[in-house]
Amino acid sequence: MNAIKNWLMRGGYGSFVILALILVVVFPLAMDIFRLNLVGKYLTYGFVAIGLVMLWGYGGVLSLGQGVFFGLGGYAMAMFLKLEASDPESTKIQSTPGIPDFMDWNQLTALPLWWEPFKSLPFALFAVVAVPVLLAFVVSFAMFKRRVGGVYFAIITQAVALILTVLIIGQQGYTGGVNGMTDLKTLLGWDIRTDGAKYVLYFVNAGLLLGAILLCRWIQLSKLGTLLLAMRDKEDRVRFSGYDVSMFKVFAFCLAAGLSAIGGAMFTLQVGFMSPSFVGIVPSIEMVIFAAIGGRMSLVGAVYGTLLVNFGKTYFSESFPDLWLFLMAALFIGVVMAFPNGLAGLYESHVKPWLARRRSAGAPATLPVPPAPAGHAAPVKAEPALSARVSGQTA
Amino acid sequence: MSSKYDNVPLSPERRRLLQGLAALPLFGVSKLGFGASLPTAQVNTTGLAITDTEVTVGQLHSATGTMAISETGSIQAEQLAIDQINALGGILGRKIKVIKEDGASDWPTFAEKSRKLLVNDKVATVFGCWTSASRKAVLPIFEKENGLLYYPTFYEGLEQSKNVIYTGQEATQQIIWGLDWAQKEKGAKKFFLVGSDYIWPRTSMKIARKHIENFQKGRVVGEEYYPLGNTNFNSLINKIKVAKPDCIFAAVVGGSNVAFYKQLKAAGITGAKQFLLTLSVTEDEMLGIGGENFAGFYSSMKYFQSLDNENNKVFVESFKKAYGPKAVIGDVTQAAYLGPWLWKAAVEKAGSFDVDKVVAASPGIELKTAPEGYVKVHDNHHLYSKARIAQGQADGTFTVVAESSDLIVPDPFPKGYQ
Amino acid sequence: MSFDEIYNITLMQGFAGLSLFAVLLLMGLGLAIIFGQMGVINMAHGEFMTIGAYTIFLFSSLTESLAPGLVQAYFPFAIVCAFLVAFGIGWLTEWALIRHLYKRPLDTLLATWGLSLGMQQVFRSTFGPKEVSPTLPDWLMGSWSPAEGLDIPINGMFVLALTVVVTGSVLIALYRSRWGLRVRATVSNRAMANATGINTRRTDRLTFAIGCGIAGVAGAAFTTIGSTGPTSGSLYIVDAFLVVTFGGAASLWGTVVSAFGIAQTQSISEFFLSGSMAKVLTLLLIVTILMMRPQGLFAAKVRR
Repeated sequence: MNAIKNWLMRGGYGSFVILALILVVVFPLAMDIFRLNLVGKYLTYGFVAIGLVMLWGYGGVLSLGQGVFFGLGGYAMAMFLKLEASDPESTKIQSTPGIPDFMDWNQLTALPLWWEPFKSLPFALFAVVAVPVLLAFVVSFAMFKRRVGGVYFAIITQAVALILTVLIIGQQGYTGGVNGMTDLKTLLGWDIRTDGAKYVLYFVNAGLLLGAILLCRWIQLSKLGTLLLAMRDKEDRVRFSGYDVSMFKVFAFCLAAGLSAIGGAMFTLQVGFMSPSFVGIVPSIEMVIFAAIGGRMSLVGAVYGTLLVNFGKTYFSESFPDLWLFLMAALFIGVVMAFPNGLAGLYESHVKPWLARRRSAGAPATLPVPPAPAGHAAPVKAEPALSARVSGQTA
Repeated sequence: MSSKYDNVPLSPERRRLLQGLAALPLFGVSKLGFGASLPTAQVNTTGLAITDTEVTVGQLHSATGTMAISETGSIQAEQLAIDQINALGGILGRKIKVIKEDGASDWPTFAEKSRKLLVNDKVATVFGCWTSASRKAVLPIFEKENGLLYYPTFYEGLEQSKNVIYTGQEATQQIIWGLDWAQKEKGAKKFFLVGSDYIWPRTSMKIARKHIENFQKGRVVGEEYYPLGNTNFNSLINKIKVAKPDCIFAAVVGGSNVAFYKQLKAAGITGAKQFLLTLSVTEDEMLGIGGENFAGFYSSMKYFQSLDNENNKVFVESFKKAYGPKAVIGDVTQAAYLGPWLWKAAVEKAGSFDVDKVVAASPGIELKTAPEGYVKVHDNHHLYSKARIAQGQADGTFTVVAESSDLIVPDPFPKGYQ
Repeated sequence: MSFDEIYNITLMQGFAGLSLFAVLLLMGLGLAIIFGQMGVINMAHGEFMTIGAYTIFLFSSLTESLAPGLVQAYFPFAIVCAFLVAFGIGWLTEWALIRHLYKRPLDTLLATWGLSLGMQQVFRSTFGPKEVSPTLPDWLMGSWSPAEGLDIPINGMFVLALTVVVTGSVLIALYRSRWGLRVRATVSNRAMANATGINTRRTDRLTFAIGCGIAGVAGAAFTTIGSTGPTSGSLYIVDAFLVVTFGGAASLWGTVVSAFGIAQTQSISEFFLSGSMAKVLTLLLIVTILMMRPQGLFAAKVRR
């Protein structure tokens, strides 16, 4: 028993277990399928948010183009589903039956060659991850090799998001344009629109997300995670120590891209369509906000942040239709100004000491644990105590 | 069609009636006459949100984001119609309660909110959507959950759903008659087609090109699409100058629309020198474009605010009373206003709020009180309506110059135009 | 087509390129100053432009109702006011928001984005969700037609002239004024600048406010060529970012050259291809060049 407790404490897995319980037990019991499906949709953004924790919180690189990868993953999935939904029987009203409806509207008479492989599910699943990661690699390799970083990198990712949006909207014969790919029905004959399917997809999604958190936590605790942190705080010193800094950054970027893409694919499956409105700048920034509000250093916090912002959005827009944008604006500005480390930072700096005080009042033998200085607050002091800091982070 | 409209006496009374409460006492009898006595269990067998006194409906438009510019008019018109219906005693003795949702100009949000309205709130019907993209996003949900949507915008056609009543024109209703008019009255033979780059302009221009080339034996001397939100049209204008068309046929939307007309005017292409016919300028767009930039150009719609008939006078008056003397009414605003009235008529004909029964009762429903004159629901869920051409004036109003003599049959899958 | 016509079209198309250049430069300039000199990304840039546009609208409605005789004259005055209003709000924004975040440049981006959400809603509540159209003086409308078949848009010339004036003033201010000296000193080395007695906080605030003011001027000028609505800023923000990124962000000259390059590529390709294809081509070209030169055209020469 103590061994498990120690393991939980040491790795900071306690909060992970709580999150897992909430996602897998509490939510499904407390909500009807409509709300649960909504939560499932929010959780797909959670993939992006934890990717950003790795990239931004740990790697110190902010990307404002995560929507690109989310979108590409989603589109890859949607292409497969769309082909399955466009069998000659259900599209017989078209001039060319058997191709997706938007192609027919745009006077295409045959399936484009590069669509062909998406008839196979294994290929589509492979493409969900491979295409975004490949793009992430190409973009980031060029940038990081030339030591482009910081704010400038953020703008470049934004430019990529913009360009991809224009391409998708402009090439509507191949992509569905502004409308996106709608009316997706089945996955290998399995109807994804039924309540049963939604339950299954929710659990698959939650499982994948929890798995992703564990993977990221494992990376954080490995030497790689330490290096990422070190790089974020004093890049040059890591470089002088003989490490190829740019490749680590490329790795973090690709990791974040891959995670986002999985989120995108799960989104397509749960919501039943994919649209270019996820690829652009606005959703990309929103996803950064999710991570910022949850706490850019905390994987679990990022998921809570995602849920909180989206619940807020839904609740505010339902209850205060005229004011909800003000409330959202206030939330964003407030969090950035007052709680730079988000909810997780708030927990670390206020709740934890308070808990510790209460505990120490009861058992004066144990000393209160000083809160770990999370975030960018003290980069210079960080180096000597690096490993200590790393384990001080919550999962 | 319920007996209610047949009761309506001539214009002065009808005016008061539509303005609401003032006319209520007159109609107390007919209010109690039919429907009010029907028990909820009988008019609602599918578990919709209906009580003995209230029926809940949804309204799903963008109140925020880029599309709020266009959708605000529809929100207002639907609300006005619902208020008027409530003032007349509601439907089957039940007042309409509206749940408003904000689609925020974001298609996935539309999908989320429509599912909320149908699954959570169990609304009897939804009035909403504006862009094709938002309709495409919610359509599978309406079909899956068997909801009912009244969709107000003129759109590209190529769609027909059991669960949607389209109160705007599909593409052929807006285009073909207008092109014939351009050929006959303006002698237009060379056309230059311009549109924003998405499905509605592309489909519309496809139909226009087929009609010009195959039926009118005219020529298309240019066909151009610009990205949504493009604000620079100088190169396009130069191309138009090179091509020297008799008619510029335009379907540019949103912020681009304003830029397009401002820059046309600045390049010396004005209504006095050049014939231009557009599918996308209503009174709403005119607010942003400015009358001086559109003066002399023509717009093809089914409704204009200046339409001269009794129904419309009443409608315009009550709209301005509700939303201020400066409020304007565009084509889509009027089509949105039809939604609640068509639904009321269908529900009363069916004697039930059940979606299946309302849908079954819908074809053949006619509305003699429609501000656009008279409309009737076709079997394909679109409306028979007239086509009209109006010329923009410098003060921002439209003067109707032509009107089709007959109602035009909706044909969302036109043969020979694919 | 006769020789005359070809000559006319070439002239007009040349001017189309120039006026697009002016538009791109004017919208990128404020952003470039704030980003280049302070390292802050102002995501609310588009909304500051909208402030300028609505200032023009307010002036035009007020003039029309109070002093109809002055409709021909209000415009230049309104542009100055657009600058002042945007400048003032920029000053406040810096004071309330930005100055707390200089140590965290990436966070300014999030905060200003929240700000832009709020500002859009303010516009919507104040001026209504629909677009408005300010009444412009007659001398800004129509075209200048020196020869048969040759029309040069007057609003285009106006925006071009305004851009030249604004860019010129910024360059002079930056390289010939005390403020410019302080800004450049602060950019090169904040600590040293502080040590020599420069009030870097004040300099920052002034720089941010000037950047916002220029956005206001841009927005005001664009009422002659584009729309005025709560979300009009979003039409420009994206292109503005591209111009600044492509130019290299650190130098104003970079912004000028990049605006010129993008404008010419786009306007020439627009003439020979379709509008959408031209946009795609331009964007692909930008991406390719950014892949080869990720730091943009004019990168600051710093060893990293």
